[in-house]
Amino acid sequence: MARFKKANKKETPGINTGSMSDIIFMFLFFFMVITTIRQGTLFVTAHVPSATEVQKLERKNLVSYIYIGVPIDKKFGKEPRIQLNDQFAFPGEITEFIEKERAARDEKDREFLTTSLKVDTAVVMGIVTDVKQELRKVGAYKINYSTKKGKSASK
Amino acid sequence: MPKKSPEVNTGSMADISFLLLTFFLLVSNIDTDMGLSRKLPPLPQAGAIADKVNERNVFVVLVNARNQLLVEGVPTEIGQLKEKTKEFFLNPSNSSHLSEKEMKTIDLIGDYNKSKGVVSLRNDRSTKYGTYIQVQNEIAAAINEMRNDLAMSKFNKSFEDLNDAQRKAVSKAIPVAVSEAEPKDIGGKK
Repeated sequence: MARFKKANKKETPGINTGSMSDIIFMFLFFFMVITTIRQGTLFVTAHVPSATEVQKLERKNLVSYIYIGVPIDKKFGKEPRIQLNDQFAFPGEITEFIEKERAARDEKDREFLTTSLKVDTAVVMGIVTDVKQELRKVGAYKINYSTKKGKSASK
Repeated sequence: MPKKSPEVNTGSMADISFLLLTFFLLVSNIDTDMGLSRKLPPLPQAGAIADKVNERNVFVVLVNARNQLLVEGVPTEIGQLKEKTKEFFLNPSNSSHLSEKEMKTIDLIGDYNKSKGVVSLRNDRSTKYGTYIQVQNEIAAAINEMRNDLAMSKFNKSFEDLNDAQRKAVSKAIPVAVSEAEPKDIGGKK
């Protein structure tokens, strides 16, 4: 009996988990800083193509997004559609969209407003051209073809 | 003496923060937005006459509805586009079919044989967007490589490592001369 008692006394003390939460909080803040919260829900599939000569998009608050792709929900058909904010749109509605985006920004920042085109690889250029023409009409000349960083076509 | 209040149990704090962490991991995405930045040209004014550009200075790239490339009238694979673009701008053999060059004095670089060439890119309405981006990317790659070479020879640094003034000078020597034709239907429907 005495033997067992001795063994019990030598039990290792529990690890102090008090600082665990601090470490996890550090993780949390780290992730909060390096990530961006997903913007709205996508109604279209927009698998962007890959390219090698990519530049980072600076000043995210001055970027407005236009998504083009085939609707995820089959009931909207198989033709590629444009998504502005949280709804489908026609090319004619881009003018209004850009005006709204401009109005939401500071006056001095308006000229730096960039339009990021997130277009699915398989979409044909016709709809993209229409969008570009609309952007030219409204004077939003700065655009960015959103791409992934990938390998090039030439070896 | 007042009664000492018992310490708050902080054991579950870690669980709570873990929950928060997982939540943020789920709702956020790390991938930064990257892409090819371009500037669209203003709409042409009615009645404006296009600048006359010498034919040899225009590098015509056509992409048809079947995603095939026609570069300067020759069917080309996309893998060769970069080399062809570079050759067109640099024109090492001073061929009369490739771009004209003009001696220009640029700050920091000095005399430089600046090319007068312009890439004219035209695509069909049925061209795949992926192909279009590949073509844009290859042309951008050609320009970036030429800039890098120039930066290496003049400043012994890669283009990305140059300071602003040097970068401006190199960009002036080798501008991004890509013009996109007004949209037009070529090659018919797929």
